[in-house]
Amino acid sequence: MVTVRRSALAQPCDGKLFPEPGEVLSYGSDLRQRRDLRSPRPLGELRSCARGIQRRRGFLSALSGQRCSMTQSVIVQVGQCGNQIGCCFWDLALREHAAVNQAVLIDMEEGVVNEILQGPLRDVFDSKQLITDISGSGNNWAVGHKVFGSRYQEEILEKLRKSAEHCDCLQCFFVIHSMGGGTGSGLGTYLLKVLEDEFPEVYRFVTSVYPSGEDDVITSPYNSILAMKELNEHADCVLPIDNQSLFDIISKIDLVVNSGKLGTTIKPKSLVTSSAGTFKKWQEKPFDAMNNIVANLLLSLTSSARFEGSLNMDLNEISMNLVPFPQLHYLVSSLTPLYTLADVNVPPRRLDQMFSDAFSKDHQLIRADPKHSLYLACALMVRGNVQISDLRRNIERLKPSLQFVSWNQEGWKTSLCSVPPVGHSHSLLALANNTCVKPTFVELRERFLRLYKKKAHLHHYLQIEGMEESCFTEAESSLSALIREYNQLDATKSMPVEDLPRLSVAV
Amino acid sequence: MRIMRGLSLRHLNKTETAGPGAVIPIARAVLVDMEPKVINQTLSKAAQSGRWKYGQHSSFCQKQGSGNNWAYGYSVHGPRHEESIRNLIQKEVEKCDSLSGFFIIMSMAGGTGSGLGAFVTQNLQDQYSNSLKMNQIIWPYGTGEVIVQNYNSILTLSHLYRSSDALLVHENDAVHKICAKLMNIKQISFSDINQVLAHQLGSVFQPTYSAEGSFHYRRNPLGDLMENLVPHPEFKMLGVRNIPQMSENSLAYSTFTWAGLLKHLRQMLISNAKMEEGIDWQIRPPLPGLPSLSKMSLNKELHFNTSIANLLILRGKDVHSADLEGFKDPALYTSWLEPVNAFNVWRTQRAFSKYEKSAALVSNSQFLVKPLDMIVGKAWNMFASKAYVHQYTKFGIEEEDFLDSFALLEQVVASYCTL
Repeated sequence: MVTVRRSALAQPCDGKLFPEPGEVLSYGSDLRQRRDLRSPRPLGELRSCARGIQRRRGFLSALSGQRCSMTQSVIVQVGQCGNQIGCCFWDLALREHAAVNQAVLIDMEEGVVNEILQGPLRDVFDSKQLITDISGSGNNWAVGHKVFGSRYQEEILEKLRKSAEHCDCLQCFFVIHSMGGGTGSGLGTYLLKVLEDEFPEVYRFVTSVYPSGEDDVITSPYNSILAMKELNEHADCVLPIDNQSLFDIISKIDLVVNSGKLGTTIKPKSLVTSSAGTFKKWQEKPFDAMNNIVANLLLSLTSSARFEGSLNMDLNEISMNLVPFPQLHYLVSSLTPLYTLADVNVPPRRLDQMFSDAFSKDHQLIRADPKHSLYLACALMVRGNVQISDLRRNIERLKPSLQFVSWNQEGWKTSLCSVPPVGHSHSLLALANNTCVKPTFVELRERFLRLYKKKAHLHHYLQIEGMEESCFTEAESSLSALIREYNQLDATKSMPVEDLPRLSVAV
Repeated sequence: MRIMRGLSLRHLNKTETAGPGAVIPIARAVLVDMEPKVINQTLSKAAQSGRWKYGQHSSFCQKQGSGNNWAYGYSVHGPRHEESIRNLIQKEVEKCDSLSGFFIIMSMAGGTGSGLGAFVTQNLQDQYSNSLKMNQIIWPYGTGEVIVQNYNSILTLSHLYRSSDALLVHENDAVHKICAKLMNIKQISFSDINQVLAHQLGSVFQPTYSAEGSFHYRRNPLGDLMENLVPHPEFKMLGVRNIPQMSENSLAYSTFTWAGLLKHLRQMLISNAKMEEGIDWQIRPPLPGLPSLSKMSLNKELHFNTSIANLLILRGKDVHSADLEGFKDPALYTSWLEPVNAFNVWRTQRAFSKYEKSAALVSNSQFLVKPLDMIVGKAWNMFASKAYVHQYTKFGIEEEDFLDSFALLEQVVASYCTL
């Protein structure tokens, strides 16, 4: 359940108001005009999430509690990328719940960052939970992890505990960050350890934005590989995302929107990239669109925990079904449909198309082709007006074109949530534990080795206390071990599936 | 997961207008779940009907769920909530004049129904050792509900085999086909599936008359059923077949004779068909004197479905004129029980549901051998690569426990195979 402050006036920090059920909350004139905070940024800069050179501030956003109807999750937004995505997430969450319930639902008493605080949402967030540091992390994982980590550990723990106390039943932490920079990458992964120690029973889901090929942060391979080691060891589930894929999806949508095909009009709210109908009033920029995709991913992931359905799936079930071995916890995600046509007479073929698209490489949020790699497990989280028979029919139809590992030939986990996302009648989130994630890791290692061989920029890291060359070599072997696991699995791909000899019993 | 105690259906059959002062009957049930959504839905749906409801304080709920993890349901939730659940059950038991036993309704694929269900069943065995326990088990779809469903299933079945008296199995795949082919439903929902399941249960457990021509209700249907169908503790797997089953529309154009219904039902039994469409009429019982066809290994198709025992429940018009000779044929049964003991019939003149004549056949037969063998095989393949095992050992279910379960179930498969 999500509660919003009724009054726009700044309340004392613990003044959280709960609306009566059925009560409509209005924002009205209390919302101030959004101020244009800075000049538009060049596209290239926007695409990379690891900013630090221009931005002087490294932020740790505070922790916001999203109260679900029975279990709660806490979102931990770290770094610039993490915070921007997180903000989109809250926006869309508000929109989604407002569409379902009159009594709007956001229970947040924590603050976020800068422009958000000065935007229309500023009265929703409370600024007291903000931690900022003027110097920033300078795109240095070591600064984020070792320096800020130890400096702010107590403060962070304090806020985490407070957030947790507000929850009836805390099930999951969602950490949102990028891999290539300093704060999100370094401090974000530091937090994982803290969460594991302090709340061992609470799941840790991490949404990690990996650097793209043209990433212009030179040290991003260092940051990423150091972060990877932490993800390997301390995350329960990781959803890797890369900017290039998000951008390709946006381009695809733009093509359809602007193509002017006769008779096709797209419902604006239904765009997976859209913030239409949210309270954000500012103009949408490309990175907003990209962040909205990730925000939609998170919403769909938690939809079954927030709304009713005939086949519910809680977050703990995701980990249980999709992680057959503790190290192999990287899940490739895809969201369909990307938009809904306004045409009311939607032929039933559209539903099946949604399922087909989920497996196409164009819809994955990371550059990966699951169809030509090996599945260890696959989850289909369906929302909206879809029945079990539709789900089963499509699995049967698509199965022959997919390869599953021999011991998990029927590795499907499914869920049905009755409430679709805003603007859609149905939608699908597919999570694949698939060896197609390997190329991303292989590329990462190669980029790292190229830099490391020359010892380029290494001194920035080694001068930080606690950092040694062994940190890098350990990180590299951790990543290599992971790649080896995937290689071993891939080797079994074309082998015939044999039934193993069974236990024999005396009759 | 629901535990009902000898649901007194008599109350529910009374015609009562829900006017002021009318007493709405309360189900003799305890509802347990580790997350609240479904129970809340269930309670309100019942209350909305206006004709019956669940008791106000008959449910026990938590928030976390079991994460599809049998080990979590059994080893964590079980001990943690043992007392609360026991108290709820105790309260219901005290309201009974004469407790015959318990129905435990649960699924095998998930974490709560399967794990906690197994734990509670064990508990019931300790607490109420003189009462009967029948578990209504939902056998998951062959593919894709829950990835670890095979692990959860074998752990459930092996534990229940030790602590329950009978397992009445309902297969999702079979019920799904019934919805598609017989009921003609295009977009099948779980609500449709559950309707068919309810029909199956009702066809068996609605009151029956105790003796030929009498008008006294059977006092202890659960006990009688067990006595008829479970002569040996090694063989506990029961299944239900119903005839006829069709949509309202088709019903208007159909007439039935007992001869026709029973002929189909008999062939459904012999050929292991789950419904009256697509029956294989080629399959015949083995001729006397020839080696029994059923002593085949599983490699060859198990054609003929041998029964240990059958209970036929007839309801409706002219029920006493039905000719049952077909079911008394010794060729249908295994050699160690005479048909006179292996076959029983309950006849009740009162019609059931919308069918003028209807029959339910509860069998203890080889019908589950193939599905069981498949589940054991898939679980074994997965176990061999140790996939997902860490999720179970995390909560105290060790590899030994898995191996014990495999051993027990291979024994069950072998026993049924060599009938």
